[in-house]
Amino acid sequence: MSATTDTEIVAPRTEAAVGVWRLRWRRFRGHAGGMAALVVLVLLVLFTLAAWPMQHFLGIDPNATDLFARFEPPGPVHWLGTDDAGRDVLVRLMVGGQMSLLVGLLATVIGGVLGLFIGIVAGYFGGRVDAVLMRFTDGMIALPLLPLLIVFGAIDLTKLGFSQDFARSGAAGFWRIIIIIAIVDWTAIARLVRAATLAIKERDYVRSAKASGAGAGYVMASHILPNVATPIIVAFTLTVGRVILLESVLSFLGFGIVPPTPSWGNMLNNAQELVTTAPALAVYPGLLIFITVIAVNFLGDGLQHAFDPRSQR
Amino acid sequence: MSELVALEGIGVRFPVGGGGLFGGRRRYLTAAADVSFGIAEGETLALVGESGSGKSTLGNVVAGLQVPSAGALRFRGQAMDRAVWKQARAAIQMVFQDPFGALDPRMPVSALIAEPLRIQGTGSPAARRARAAELVAQVGLPVDALNRYPHEFSGGQRQRIAIARALAPRPALIVADEPLSALDVSIQSQILNLMKELQERHHLSYLFISHDLAVVNHLVDRVAVLYLGRLVELAERASLFAKPSHPYTRALLESVPRIGRRRQRGRTIAGEMPSPLAPPPGCVFHPRCPKAEDVCRREVPRLDPAPGRPAHLAACHFRE
Amino acid sequence: MAAFILRRVVQTLLVLLVMSFVIYALIGLMPGDPVDMMIAGNPGATPEVVAALRKIYGADQPLMVRYWHWLSDALRGDFGFSRTHSQPVLEVLAPALWQTCQLMIGSFVVSVILSFALGIVAALRPGGWVDGLISLCAFAGISVPVFWLALMMILVFAVELHWFPASGIANVGDGGLRDRLMHLVMPITTLALANTGAFIRYVRASMIEVMRMDHVRTARAKGAGEGRVVLIHAFRNALIPVVTIMALSFGVLFNGALLTETMFAQPGMGKMIYDSIQGNDYNLALVGLLFATLVTLLSNLAADLAYGWLDPRIALA
Repeated sequence: MSATTDTEIVAPRTEAAVGVWRLRWRRFRGHAGGMAALVVLVLLVLFTLAAWPMQHFLGIDPNATDLFARFEPPGPVHWLGTDDAGRDVLVRLMVGGQMSLLVGLLATVIGGVLGLFIGIVAGYFGGRVDAVLMRFTDGMIALPLLPLLIVFGAIDLTKLGFSQDFARSGAAGFWRIIIIIAIVDWTAIARLVRAATLAIKERDYVRSAKASGAGAGYVMASHILPNVATPIIVAFTLTVGRVILLESVLSFLGFGIVPPTPSWGNMLNNAQELVTTAPALAVYPGLLIFITVIAVNFLGDGLQHAFDPRSQR
Repeated sequence: MSELVALEGIGVRFPVGGGGLFGGRRRYLTAAADVSFGIAEGETLALVGESGSGKSTLGNVVAGLQVPSAGALRFRGQAMDRAVWKQARAAIQMVFQDPFGALDPRMPVSALIAEPLRIQGTGSPAARRARAAELVAQVGLPVDALNRYPHEFSGGQRQRIAIARALAPRPALIVADEPLSALDVSIQSQILNLMKELQERHHLSYLFISHDLAVVNHLVDRVAVLYLGRLVELAERASLFAKPSHPYTRALLESVPRIGRRRQRGRTIAGEMPSPLAPPPGCVFHPRCPKAEDVCRREVPRLDPAPGRPAHLAACHFRE
Repeated sequence: MAAFILRRVVQTLLVLLVMSFVIYALIGLMPGDPVDMMIAGNPGATPEVVAALRKIYGADQPLMVRYWHWLSDALRGDFGFSRTHSQPVLEVLAPALWQTCQLMIGSFVVSVILSFALGIVAALRPGGWVDGLISLCAFAGISVPVFWLALMMILVFAVELHWFPASGIANVGDGGLRDRLMHLVMPITTLALANTGAFIRYVRASMIEVMRMDHVRTARAKGAGEGRVVLIHAFRNALIPVVTIMALSFGVLFNGALLTETMFAQPGMGKMIYDSIQGNDYNLALVGLLFATLVTLLSNLAADLAYGWLDPRIALA
């Protein structure tokens, strides 16, 4: 950037004036893995959304059992065959994918907002607040994640004052898994945001806003939040991948999405015992989880590349 | 001239290290000690000193960015309480040294200029935009600058944006913390002229912080010289430049290279500034002072008028 | 240094204490309580009897009082009785711990060796096709669900090929060294594969960074052989951050161990915790979870110490 000439003439609209988002998009497009991942993810979302036309036009109910059509091989009616209860595997994979992706996104967003809040407060106020919040974060990081999630999963909701009906409903299972993952998976974002906040709060533009009488809330919302957005987007992406894995693990262990509502994880749970009789049932959901997570991770890698001008491959 | 802002016995200390469960002894860094001066309406006061002399810290105190650990501030004759503080935040604005860091890269220029108004809740969004457009013209930027972002401008243009922003709430005082030192020499004079022009137009006061006495000579009415957080000399510009009273000021003036005068060897200041963690007893300048005697090691000199010059204050046992 | 170690140890103990309470409270939120378990097989128990039992076992006391009783017993070495195993908790814990140690250390060693080899090879020519292939494998390792990998391993190597046994730690009536090792191959491989991905990325990134540094370029300029440059000058320096991260992830390994053990029916800590929570075995679940926390905390502590020990520039203040 040339800063040496101060002319009254309008600065020519150079490369820098293209707009930072367009430049990033340009860099992202140059990242083959990231682009491939984006395409794969779009296809995956379309695949899961295809559940609606399948249900509507072909009249296939993902939860309808048919004990006369168990373990059917792939055919014209059931394209990927049926499972042990005679349910259509393809449609269940689609609906289960919606569940898995939705849980992944929602848990990331909730955990992300939590981490954002904790990180920004710790970084901005510093001192005691920072020390307490960061010790808390360190403590969370030091916990054995999976065993703890299992305990959370086993908690009896009626002991927390929820009604019997709610505790047994599918919605409870859905929200329970989102909440417990969000509760444990905010630490990475919190640390990231704290570090970025520490750097930004010393900038002159923040001091200049304070000299005009700006309060903490204003500075956080107007200056810090927009400036930490970049690292957060990358971290969010990587978190989505991790959360989808966690969801599948928990559902697989029987603590997540409750059957008959399918999710990729609990479909695997079901398939585990049938691995000798119907191995295909175990292959599909796991393969979809695998593809989704690997695509999300590649997407994160591509975003990292696009957002960090110094990163060279 | 009526007094706009006054500092009385201001001291600023920072805790350094220590603290915590197993931490060591906590020490204090004295950035400013017992500093008193005032700025009148329409006046330009220069705060001069080497790096580490506490000049920026005092600038921050005046701009409300640093709460002093001792002393009192007055604004238009009133003690700085909550209500006065709010007024002062609109009336005192700041311009920073680094025009790259002082503007949020994610805000367009119009938002940057109107930000002080937005913070203080002055006017409607439309009125604020109009004010931004008016200011952009005043500081000599093209009107289409409003919808562009800071990275599209050069250093000098950014400093103009920063000045326009400082002008937005119609301030009485602008604290300018080394506003020229990040700029090229050719641009420095442009900005300096702009600041002069704006001062006449809006009857502004400046607190102009600088390490460079030569720059100060062009703009200011009075000069305050700081050494190790202490005010060592405070005088009218002409009087100070003609006959400095404190040996430190004299040494500073002599270190400024000037055309047509050979630099006098051997008159520069020996040694380095002592650590503000452990300031020397008595007069803080005595370890480097050519005039130092026993009294300087024992007694802190008071800021008193120089002989025969009632408006020329210096903190030296042997003031001239 | 001594003060630093002392401070970290005290911190670790404090976190452990806080966690013991949190876990105790969480376990209390699991369905039922110990008295419910007792009377489950006895439909004749009247409410009066239940209340009396609650009083005897202290289940009617407030949380803090119950926790205090548990803690004072635990500090005397009494962790209670396992409901499902009908044995004192510590006697259930010891063999499970040994089983998990075999699995974790075995797979840790395998993934460290694999990741060093592959990471260095990838870093030799960043951006080349070898690097691309290794990076792809690393991503696959990070992204694969461990339990699914285990399922696929069972499907291929046990069900189809019959190379290795699908589950357990030994065949009935055998139990020789060879038999036991055969049972460990698949769990260790699964866990190692899942971990190697992340490790490769650390080694690769660290090596690439070090290879760009001046002292490595100086070594090259002096005419040192490529092998010497890579192994002596670069690798030694790349080791510092890598060892730290690997030590840190020893705790993460536990998550994988839990799944692997459950999948391969190995009676280790992970499966023990899982079964105890499933079977409402409160005492066992509590101690198992605490132990898992301790392992994680200790690996963090080890990482901190290793960092200070390997890099003399870090002042441990």
